[in-house]
Amino acid sequence: MDLKIQHFVIFITILFLVACKQGAVGVSEIEAKQIRIDTDLAQVDSIDSFVAPYRKRVQEVLDSTLTYAPKMITKDDGKYNTSAGNLMADIILSEASPIFKTRTGNEIDFVLLNHGGIRSIISKGNVSAQTAYEVMPFENSIAVVELAGSAIVELVDFLIKSGRAHPIAGMQITLTPTGNPKSIKIQGKLLDLNRNYYVGTSDYLVSGGDNMVFFKDALSVTDINYLIRNAMIDYFKKVDTLTASVDDRFVKLK
Amino acid sequence: MKRRAFLKNTAAATALTGIGGISIGSCSSLNQKHVTILHTNDVHSHIDAFPKDHSLYPNLGGLSRRAALVDSIRKENPNTLLLDAGDYFQGTPYFNFYGGELEFKLMSMLNYDAATIGNHDFDNGIDGLYAQLPHAKFDLLSANYDFKNTVLDGHVKKHKIFKVDGLKVGVYGIGIELNGLVNKALFKETRYMYPYALAQDAEKALKVYEKCDLVICLSHLGYDYENKDKPNDLMLAQKTEYTDLIIGGHTHTFLDKPTIVKNKTDKNILVNQVGCYGINLGRIDFYFDDLNNLSANGVSIKV
Repeated sequence: MDLKIQHFVIFITILFLVACKQGAVGVSEIEAKQIRIDTDLAQVDSIDSFVAPYRKRVQEVLDSTLTYAPKMITKDDGKYNTSAGNLMADIILSEASPIFKTRTGNEIDFVLLNHGGIRSIISKGNVSAQTAYEVMPFENSIAVVELAGSAIVELVDFLIKSGRAHPIAGMQITLTPTGNPKSIKIQGKLLDLNRNYYVGTSDYLVSGGDNMVFFKDALSVTDINYLIRNAMIDYFKKVDTLTASVDDRFVKLK
Repeated sequence: MKRRAFLKNTAAATALTGIGGISIGSCSSLNQKHVTILHTNDVHSHIDAFPKDHSLYPNLGGLSRRAALVDSIRKENPNTLLLDAGDYFQGTPYFNFYGGELEFKLMSMLNYDAATIGNHDFDNGIDGLYAQLPHAKFDLLSANYDFKNTVLDGHVKKHKIFKVDGLKVGVYGIGIELNGLVNKALFKETRYMYPYALAQDAEKALKVYEKCDLVICLSHLGYDYENKDKPNDLMLAQKTEYTDLIIGGHTHTFLDKPTIVKNKTDKNILVNQVGCYGINLGRIDFYFDDLNNLSANGVSIKV
């Protein structure tokens, strides 16, 4: 027994000596937390005064109220279509169609955007140009893509498989309870495989963004040089109240 | 019987305390160190706090408040690093108006130590990012973007080692696939390389060759996806062996607490992400001790 303890003490001592010499360390404990940045925290005045002139300039340009949202508009309130997605797609259809028509004589048949392109909610309350910057910060412009009927099938297939509520307008997709297309309507008429369609979208998506590869089959692409954000601002100026809701444009039957 | 057991346990505890006392008295107090890692991700140009009537994040965030918090933590522990996992750009008019200048200047005023590059940091093109570099007093890190044929060549490091209280803390960056996410006209000849192998190279360089005491990955891959083939942080954690902490971004994931993942060698490591827009600051405290004082049961992790 005594011998064992003796050995143990020698062993420990040697260990300590080795450790002291090399100074080798390891992690003994990890503690993690997340701290909310809220009003309990003071502000650093030097930071705030540094930002002030930048902020003033931005506010001068963007802060006047354009319209009013009676309730929050978000891209997270529906599985297949959402209030924010529907609003955005409807705005592109209504604002871009007249321009495309005067330039080419053709009508935009429907609009497709991407769910990820909506970058913010629209809060209940006053809506300004600043809101449009928050929802659509990107400098993306509206492009109109001519696609054959067969490519539209591919497009709808992509929408079904994507599992995300990519915004559409002018098109109605109804799925069977098992998730197969029951009907595809464009401007109220069943999809006609023998004709071409004009699809309003973002130049980002036309160039392959968000893996919307069916746009590579474009028969023609017309960039109407109209920023999506400017279309939103123009629309905000036209309406007193900004309303949007989830509807039946893309649904799965139960 | 119970009393006997009690006496026995007490005796054992006393003996252990005695040994602990020897070790502290001899040398290990020199080796007890404390490094604090602070982190943000996906701030997206949210320089001001959200307005008080915002429907989701009323009165939250704001850079001058974050500055106050970081200052107070640095005062409490000067051995602190402040890191960002990408997408500092794009999301408010500050970026549209000033192109990222204000974001970089402010991150420099907060003394950020390093950041990796997110997909949205290419939104003004690789030339737009390059143009803002003079305003960044911290390093941009990426181990899996090859910038050889771009203006960023020589301006982005794979990894960096920080000397903190005599310890070496190695930090490397990992970026997301750009094809299909960012317009090619923006990222130009930037070459994305499959991240797992490059992360393993970086952690090996930091741990095995540079003998870092702590290895941290700044990742913009995203926390997790339904499609498991898409590179993500949870999978990255399982494929690494020397990385102690993965600080993630991209998916704007709000976690209740960091996720503990078993790495390639069955060791527990942390994967964390703090949502987005500068609403939260992540804080991970690493306590170091003499190797011999470490528990045989492994590292105690409090999350």
